[in-house]
Amino acid sequence: MKKTSLDTLPAEGGLGDEPLLAVDNLHVEFATRAGTVRAVNGVSYSLGPGETLAVLGESGSGKSVTAQAIMGILDMPPARIPKGEIRFRGTDLLKLSDEARTQVRGQRIAMIFQDALSALNPVFTVGWQISEMFRVHRGMSKRDAMIKAVELMDRVRIPAAKQRVNDYPHQFSGGMRQRIMIAMSIALDPEVLIADEPTTALDVTVQAQIMELLAELQRESNMGMILITHDLGVVADVADKIAVMYAGRIVENAPVHDIYRNPAHPYTKGLLESIPRVDLKGQELYAIKGLPPNLLDMPTGCAFHPRCPYRQDNCVTDNPPLYEINGRRNSACHYWREVLDGDQG
Amino acid sequence: MATKGERILEVRDLVKHFPLTQGIMFKKQIGAIKAVDGVSFTLDKGETLGIVGESGCGKSTLAKLLMALERPTSGSVMINGRDMARAKGGELKRMRRNIQMVMQDPYTSLNPRMTVGDIVGEPFDIHTEVAPKGDRSRRVQELLEVVGLNPDHINRYPHQFSGGQRQRIGIARGLALQPEIIVCDEPVSALDVSIQAQVINLLERLQNEFNLAYIFIAHDLSVVRHISDRVGVMYLGKFVELGKDVEIYDKPAHPYTQALLSAVPVPDPEGREQRERIILQGDPPSPANPPSGCRFRTRCWKAQEICAEEEPLLQIRPGTQHESACHFAETHDVVHVG
Repeated sequence: MKKTSLDTLPAEGGLGDEPLLAVDNLHVEFATRAGTVRAVNGVSYSLGPGETLAVLGESGSGKSVTAQAIMGILDMPPARIPKGEIRFRGTDLLKLSDEARTQVRGQRIAMIFQDALSALNPVFTVGWQISEMFRVHRGMSKRDAMIKAVELMDRVRIPAAKQRVNDYPHQFSGGMRQRIMIAMSIALDPEVLIADEPTTALDVTVQAQIMELLAELQRESNMGMILITHDLGVVADVADKIAVMYAGRIVENAPVHDIYRNPAHPYTKGLLESIPRVDLKGQELYAIKGLPPNLLDMPTGCAFHPRCPYRQDNCVTDNPPLYEINGRRNSACHYWREVLDGDQG
Repeated sequence: MATKGERILEVRDLVKHFPLTQGIMFKKQIGAIKAVDGVSFTLDKGETLGIVGESGCGKSTLAKLLMALERPTSGSVMINGRDMARAKGGELKRMRRNIQMVMQDPYTSLNPRMTVGDIVGEPFDIHTEVAPKGDRSRRVQELLEVVGLNPDHINRYPHQFSGGQRQRIGIARGLALQPEIIVCDEPVSALDVSIQAQVINLLERLQNEFNLAYIFIAHDLSVVRHISDRVGVMYLGKFVELGKDVEIYDKPAHPYTQALLSAVPVPDPEGREQRERIILQGDPPSPANPPSGCRFRTRCWKAQEICAEEEPLLQIRPGTQHESACHFAETHDVVHVG
């Protein structure tokens, strides 16, 4: 049985101010034939135990790439991390050896993917795939691991788990497959769970079931959760704090109530205003004009300026820093005061 | 929205069963997937009927039946008083001009090897009487302008456009034959949030401009509410509730509608701890073998013996203003979908 170098990481907190997980000024770029794509440009966020951080953004905003960098599942090359730190309990994961990283992945930090059908292997039974976690990481026998797999399937409320443990992924419905993914991710009691669009492919009624299950598991184990999504409704339901991403940067981060009550960045404000509302039925929806930027050809200054109703001359030339507001939230907009006041232009 | 009361579409008892067969040489039918199982509704000029329901409830099969891409097992689809389900040859072709479709995925529904001009102009190849040959490129450019694209881009290929622009190309193609009805099957669900509002606004503007009638199929309930005059809720191949948008959203009478509405996350964190939420257990049953009586009874918290024995009909129930298919229908103010 191989004894691993898990000891390199502190088992429990006790690090003073250091949060459970901290992403600090992370940069990720991809070398492509057309040039270097800067997918993530200086992203920072932190997560405490039991906390839910929602990362909100459209496709291409860098939200998933950041998560993949935390998990250490980026293909490098073509990806490169030129700058930044990802600290887990104070240890920079990017400086760890591959072997030490493998010990963190799945055991301490786990991930759920959007599309459970393509994330599960179609030629192995679900029981085999769940129990693999125990065989590989815990060195259990096939038999014991299988018993654990049934327990986990019960825990994520798959009916008749004992009979279904030898079924294949295609024999389950979409919601049940996502439960199997969740079972695999929580198998080793991770401290951080990253859920990348966990319910996007599911119907609303099933989405409600899955979100409830995740909230319950989180309450039981006090794990920190990073929820990556583009759905403003799901975020409002579960998040403690929100980081909004646009073109590889965090443009706003704040506690959940602050953002919905009073957004401090024009992009967040535009997203919230474009949600259809009952009292505005029959009227034209507010729409953010234009298109998300091409990462190969980013606008100068603030990346949002071509679409921004608050734009002034300096937005075209100066990229705004992440301003701190009232010591509890940030906005990457030169004119955050005007945005907060709702004073357009 | 200006509703001109003239009836344009009437669907009556529409049924589509897909046979399940066994054996290779001598195929024997052993059952049927009852994808659409008795659907009736009407649509007026300039009106929008929203259709919501979970995946597998038969929404998309219904769309295909309306387009005459599938032939119904029984029932009728009357467009301007003529039955499209029974039409053949030249008559069917003429009727098809009047009902067009906008697809969900603008990445796969446009042929990557055709230029935008060819894609939008292709309907004219089939219905040559609509635009004479020499006039076509001018017509295509007009259409591009109508949907907010640059008419000079007529010779570009789909990959040169973004997702939202591609959906506009799909809409232009749907408009080419000047139909009176457009079936929109999840027209915005593949688009980014900030682009969805643009496309919805475009659809509404076109409706006002050309007095189009829409069948709007979507799973995003707040988008459906925004655009629809009436809404139908489907479950396992049947409408369980049908009524004006305010009736469905504010006074849902069927337990399934209530559960569906309460499951929609509200984009406002205020008071989220107190929000009532009905979580349905399990998955919908298989449409090959639907439960007896009421199809929703296996997941329903109100189910009694009568629900297994007698199928509730879609009709106006006491205390409600609209049709619902539940023995125990009662209005219940669940949630407010934003």
